[in-house]
Amino acid sequence: MKLKLKIWRQENREAKGNIISYDVEGISEHMSFLEMLDLLNERLIKQGERVIEFDHDCREGICGACGMMINGRAHGPLSGTTTCQLHMRSFKDGETVYIEPFRAAAFPVLRDLKIDRSAFDHIIQSGGYVSASTGQAPESNSILIPHNITEAAFDAAACIGCGACVATCKNSSAALFTSAKISHLVLLPQGKTESADRVIQMVNQMDEEGFGHCSNTDACEVECPQEISTLHIGRMNYEYNKALLLRK
Amino acid sequence: MIDAKIPAGNLADKWSNYKDRSKLINPANRKKLDIIVVGTGLAGSSCAASLAEQGYNVKTFCFQDSARRAHSVAAQGGVNAAKNYKNDGDSVYRMFYDTIKGGDFRSREANVYRLAECSLALIDQAVAQGVPFAREYAGYLSNRSFGGVQVSRTFYARGQTGQQLLIGAYQALMRQESLGKVKTYTRHEMLDLVLVDGKAKGIIARNLETGEIERHAANAVVLATGGYGKVYYLSTLAMGCNTSAIWRAHKKGALMSGVSWIQFHPTCLPQIGETQSKLTLMSESLRNDGRIWVPKKAGDERVPNEIPEEERDYYLERRYPTFGNLSPRDISSRAAKERIDAGCGLGPMKNAVCLDFSKALKEQGRDKIEEKYGNLFRMYEKINGIDAYKEPMLISPAAHFTMGGLWVDYELMTSIPGLFALGEANFSDHGANRLGANSLLQSCVDGYFIAPYTIPNYLSAELKAEKVTIDHPAFSESEQMIREQLDRFMNVQGHLSADHFHKTLGKLLYDKCGLSRTRESLEQAIIEIKALKKSFDHELKITGDQQVNSELEKAGRVADFLELGILMCYDALQREESCGAHFREEFQTADGEAVRNDEDFCYVSAWEWKGEDQPPELHKEPLVFETVELTVRSYK
Amino acid sequence: MKQTTLIYKLIMALTGLFLCFFLIIHLLGNLQLLSPPELAREQFNWYSHLLSGNIVIKIISYVLYLSIIAHAVYALIITRVNAKAKGSKYVYDNRSEVSSWNSRNMGILGTIILIFLIIHFKDYWYIYKFGNLPLDADGNKNLYTIVITSFQQAWYVILYELSFIALGFHLLHGFFSAARTLGLYHRRYAQAIRIVGWIYSLAITLGFMLIPIYIYFNLNS
Repeated sequence: MKLKLKIWRQENREAKGNIISYDVEGISEHMSFLEMLDLLNERLIKQGERVIEFDHDCREGICGACGMMINGRAHGPLSGTTTCQLHMRSFKDGETVYIEPFRAAAFPVLRDLKIDRSAFDHIIQSGGYVSASTGQAPESNSILIPHNITEAAFDAAACIGCGACVATCKNSSAALFTSAKISHLVLLPQGKTESADRVIQMVNQMDEEGFGHCSNTDACEVECPQEISTLHIGRMNYEYNKALLLRK
Repeated sequence: MIDAKIPAGNLADKWSNYKDRSKLINPANRKKLDIIVVGTGLAGSSCAASLAEQGYNVKTFCFQDSARRAHSVAAQGGVNAAKNYKNDGDSVYRMFYDTIKGGDFRSREANVYRLAECSLALIDQAVAQGVPFAREYAGYLSNRSFGGVQVSRTFYARGQTGQQLLIGAYQALMRQESLGKVKTYTRHEMLDLVLVDGKAKGIIARNLETGEIERHAANAVVLATGGYGKVYYLSTLAMGCNTSAIWRAHKKGALMSGVSWIQFHPTCLPQIGETQSKLTLMSESLRNDGRIWVPKKAGDERVPNEIPEEERDYYLERRYPTFGNLSPRDISSRAAKERIDAGCGLGPMKNAVCLDFSKALKEQGRDKIEEKYGNLFRMYEKINGIDAYKEPMLISPAAHFTMGGLWVDYELMTSIPGLFALGEANFSDHGANRLGANSLLQSCVDGYFIAPYTIPNYLSAELKAEKVTIDHPAFSESEQMIREQLDRFMNVQGHLSADHFHKTLGKLLYDKCGLSRTRESLEQAIIEIKALKKSFDHELKITGDQQVNSELEKAGRVADFLELGILMCYDALQREESCGAHFREEFQTADGEAVRNDEDFCYVSAWEWKGEDQPPELHKEPLVFETVELTVRSYK
Repeated sequence: MKQTTLIYKLIMALTGLFLCFFLIIHLLGNLQLLSPPELAREQFNWYSHLLSGNIVIKIISYVLYLSIIAHAVYALIITRVNAKAKGSKYVYDNRSEVSSWNSRNMGILGTIILIFLIIHFKDYWYIYKFGNLPLDADGNKNLYTIVITSFQQAWYVILYELSFIALGFHLLHGFFSAARTLGLYHRRYAQAIRIVGWIYSLAITLGFMLIPIYIYFNLNS
């Protein structure tokens, strides 16, 4: 099949970018979206042009490196799917496809479709951990955690940090990302002891990085490749309010 | 002859003996010592965090945009530990034995025993960090079984165990960063190791955003850069996985071992087209309930569901009745290849076998299967558009894990003093074949529990040594060399992309140094790779500039893969036996089982780089088995 | 501790919920307009008088004014922060596919409601407080007549109806959103609140919408 691609090209952080059109032929429906871009890049090399830069690594939907706006949707038309797991069978022959980087003030564009998501690392640094140094751990079965609690914690911990939640949010809010970590850790007995400080610090950091407010539109849940529930945002709010009221 | 420095004493006491006698560093002195950790996967993150917790200054480097994206994240199945929570006869010794036997008796007893011993603490550590391992309803940890063993010792977090363990280690790393003990350099690629007076004293790294070449000095360098299975291009690895860090260390004098021992994972999605970039892994845990078969008749054109029961060949159950579908990976992969080569393969390229859940679905019901493997079935449908609840999955072996890597001694130190290699980047614990769920274990154990003891033992002497700074001539020399290499890549201006060479090399190695090899195929491969390398030097084309440039990154990696490919073939050629993942067709029984030669090859091959166009030099580390008896590895 | 986005959201939620509560009281008062004209006049004027005299009611009314102002002011602050967080615009934006229109446009809906409120205050509250209203038989200010007269005009009814539709959509998202901001995370109860939110929004909107229509069609002289 054949596609008309309209791809965002930008030299560096400071440069102004713009959309460039490319006609790509010889696409098979079995290709993944990124393999389709590989195909285009191969052609660009032949023509002596600079390739389209995009982040990608595992290509199996778990590392969270890839992520782009495809036809105005984070990770493309499918819900709950990363860009690397999107296949060309989701597109029609002759279709025009817009490809842009995830956009947010906290995610500056480095080049083309590559963005800087270190803001997420900073949020985790502000408290997204259990302070358990190596060697301190008690016998693992001495902490009993009911099946449903573990499963709920896992649902939150499954976040791959791709940033689709921010990209699709009309306010570029990182609420789903931050709340998923808060929820993961507060659900488990190991993480409970630090919960009050953690939630305050992580929410403050989220603001500091320049993310917007959560308007509870729930768009993030739809685009999240791991289908992380916005109920976690409710839990983050609960923990935050509790900490405001009760923290000494 | 090289010495692994294995401590004295009974097998079970060696690690305790080592720890009791290793040198310590006073807490006040630790902050005077700098350590560089390259790679932030499980081994790198856990090691960096643990050393920072002790008080050392740590710098970490990764090419990804965040430490959390290292490829440990993709491990699905689980992590082994001899907790014996199932009361089914497990013990440290049994785990040790399974691993030694699984590795076809080509690993060190002492290392493997230590791996099993430390597995207990690892589960505790991970749980304390908040890793949500699967639990029973009462709250106790749950286990499942994996290929090559008869006990249930695998701890898991659905099909995302690697992700959860990595997030635990990543969070520990981020905590140390917030405390100022770790500085993480993301989007940085190590391009050279810097030696001063024969000791590892720093690295040259390239900032992948700005293109700047940076120098970083330290008292010790840790390489935890994972495996090089991506040498085959099509593999279960991430696109960025590479051999560059360890290869460049190798060229600086570090020995490499078990180079051609590469595990092909039996349950991956087959190649279906020429533009494919990745063979996605489907967790081995699927083999707990899935049955593997091919049609009895070669060239069967029917779709799987049309082939009646009596015309199906459940070849693993037939050949290995004791372990059946749970036979170890090397054996399962080879058996699949044997059937595919015999013309019984299915799928558009006739390169796949069936993994069939119909029996399990009938016996346990869809709900149960969905609970266990739901995410894998969903993934299968996403990639292939096929509902595996209705049709068998089509799977095929794919390059997956490299047992080989930098040679390390018992302390995980390479042959270069001050250079340590952890996790998949070293060769040490898995012998010629790795058992499922031992990889996560090894990288964690190396990083959390071994390196934090052995590195200080080395560093204790560093306290008195003069501090090397980045102004040392060795750094400028290295930097100069790297700049020249990058310019060379940019200036070739040929007509072929780096990917072209990578794909060509991959195909060549799959055919000639893959699941099975012969003297002839290997000799042929060496000639062909050398020719390919020549062509690479003259026909490579890179567009763009020296800032963000993924093609330039690829070129460096492919250049290293090409050289590594040659060493792989030398390694496979020299070892005239079949063991584990290394199957030389000349050395097999009449019914196609591997024939090991303990008489002549019971040693670790450690290869030394002798320069371009020179064959590598072989050093031998004899494997001494004091505890176990070498037996024919049979899963029949 | 510095102010954070979540604290702004809390202010929005608390003031919003207070306004939700007030709407119930307001609607209950207004429903009296549906009684037979004579009874309605007497009751409605008495009720209006009650709301302007009592000290408790006075305090509540100040809270009400404050809530309206705070709700609007913080909405503006939040909108500014969000605008800054957004960075550059998507050239091709299809994000509307994955969320409801009203949840994305609370600001626009809120602005419509605010404009309506200004008109509403000017026409009734201001006249009641500061205008010279004739008294009814019981000696209460005769707001009833003013209301009935204003709803004789079609354009005025249409303006009200449109504003109530905006209010309805605003409530539909606002009620549930406020509950989440307060920290409701339990799946079952979150679902329950969604349903309660639907019922509440529907009741308030239809209730308010009914009155002008009723007056326009039934009491047109």
